Amino acid sequence: MSEPLVIDREGVDALIEALIDRGYEVVGPTVRGQTILYDTITSTGDLPVGLRDRQEAGTYRLEERGDDALFGYVVGPQSFKKYLTPPGTVFWKGLRTEDGFETVEAAAPPRYAFFGARPCEVAAMRIQDDVYLPVADGVYTERRERSFTVAVNCTEPAATCFCASLGTGPAVSVGYDIALTEVLSGEHHFFLAEAGTDIGEEVLSDLSARPAHDEEVVGARRLVVHASDHMGRTLDTDGLKELLSANLTNSIWDEIGSRCLTCTNCTMVCPTCFCSTVEDRQALDGSSAERVRTWDSCFTLDFSYIHGGPVRSSPGARYRQWITHKLSTWHDQFGSSGCVGCGRCITWCPVGIDITKEAAAVRERDIRRVAVGIPSVREVLE
Amino acid sequence: MALPTLAVHKFASCDGCQLSLLDLEDELLAVAGVVQIANFMEASREVLPPPYDVTLIEGSVTTAHDAERIKQIREETGVLITIGACATAGGIQALRNWKDVDDFTRYVYAHPAYIDTLQMSTPISDHVAVDFELRGCPVSKYQLLEVLVAFLQGRRPNIPTYSVCVECKLKGNPCVMVAQGTPCLGPVTQAGCNALCPTYDRGCFGCFGPMESPNTGSLADRWKEMGASERDLVDAFRSFNAWSDAFREESDRQQASIEIGGVR
Repeated sequence: MSEPLVIDREGVDALIEALIDRGYEVVGPTVRGQTILYDTITSTGDLPVGLRDRQEAGTYRLEERGDDALFGYVVGPQSFKKYLTPPGTVFWKGLRTEDGFETVEAAAPPRYAFFGARPCEVAAMRIQDDVYLPVADGVYTERRERSFTVAVNCTEPAATCFCASLGTGPAVSVGYDIALTEVLSGEHHFFLAEAGTDIGEEVLSDLSARPAHDEEVVGARRLVVHASDHMGRTLDTDGLKELLSANLTNSIWDEIGSRCLTCTNCTMVCPTCFCSTVEDRQALDGSSAERVRTWDSCFTLDFSYIHGGPVRSSPGARYRQWITHKLSTWHDQFGSSGCVGCGRCITWCPVGIDITKEAAAVRERDIRRVAVGIPSVREVLE
Repeated sequence: MALPTLAVHKFASCDGCQLSLLDLEDELLAVAGVVQIANFMEASREVLPPPYDVTLIEGSVTTAHDAERIKQIREETGVLITIGACATAGGIQALRNWKDVDDFTRYVYAHPAYIDTLQMSTPISDHVAVDFELRGCPVSKYQLLEVLVAFLQGRRPNIPTYSVCVECKLKGNPCVMVAQGTPCLGPVTQAGCNALCPTYDRGCFGCFGPMESPNTGSLADRWKEMGASERDLVDAFRSFNAWSDAFREESDRQQASIEIGGVR
């Protein structure tokens, strides 16, 4: 691809404008109440300028940074699945006619430009590609293929971030049209802009950008490398797939189940969780009917309900299903981990259940090792 | 072909759930087009004789007379659906279940001797078989319509039993517990209100009663970490759905904890 360019805040505004001019609905981070959500943006003024998100297990707070950073926060509770598989999508709608029925065509969805997508977010969309594109899911495919992605490399991870453990960040490597890196040090405030696709390059060529000096590129890269070394959390992925599949009968699941609210928050905020349910709705007088798809969760009882009852009635069984799918059987199903290390499930769990801690706890109490009396690493160290 | 007949009866309640039916407004005419409203005193003085195909019951049983009346109604109807926190869980008036009801009548009435009431306020399902329970204080008019449509069309109603959290997430509400530190009953409360209170930055009050697998103990522990007292927890769980199993048990646990601690 082309050489890295340098733009300032006006250049970022020009980028947003260039995307709007090309017919994209630009959606990105913006403050709603006391949280950063995704919504339509039309200028950098809509971004959470000068804000940081303090995240820990079960807590999220916005605070002033004391600078003018455009991207001085990480991710909020929403991901772009909000746009790619919107809850409540009408699959089919029919109106009764005198001699049968006629279908009502849905309006074409907007062409989205996902703006400010973090590397974990880009990785999540690529994982969802593996879920939806092979089955030609109409809702996802149409939205995804017409979308544009402006990624933003991370320089300041949150305490709940662990993308470095999964190789999904803090630098974006593939799956973007344009990647930005924000550099803010003293007097200097600029953005390194790099194209990842031909169309990305074409959009960048519309901006009055100058080629980056070598030291600017090196400086920006250093910030990202620094972020990589300062992840708030780590997930030990060594043998993780096998660890979880070998520990289905571990008593730890019931202990986690005693804390788990089965409220579904972790799955709703997860950028790769894709489970859905389909509902048929009818008008009272039978004059119309529609089939609607909305988000579902493996934490609800109805999700695993078959003849006779739910397969996973205990909370522990539901948590085990979720973490085992995410970190183990996802590899069998889709050829990758289902986790991108964004930390949303940790922050947005009302009781702060932490996927990295629970995976480590399973490793600590691995029934394969415990059964033959081999001590864990921690036990040896103590 | 004759339309199916619909009856609506009131027990101990505030009328709010029956009003939800009248509150359907645009859909009310459509309802009137597909059912014969046969016995609904709040809407019409015209009463057709039983039996009825579908009966909606609002309110809890608080008198010996009502305990007999519900048996009669059960015999006179095909499908019996209870609507609202009173009918499904005993309502706010079930707070009497922890006290001596005679104390209340002495405080409230000039001539308590005229009052003939039961010691307990109990849900309809404690007295007769119920075909479907629709939760809420009050019920959601959209859910009420869905239940009616489903029974008329002979299918299972789409009434989810998962938590309010699902509705918050589908609406795009940020979590008030996580983002604001506001105690919320949403994680243990059944959906149905479309996350009304969290949408306006308030914690959930639990109007729709316990969700399908309520982990009230874990949520209570988290509330305490956020600064709530055991007294706060007793008050939170003892409201409109106080007598529902999960909320009653959690409030009793917190109350026992207060008594053991000997404080407050």
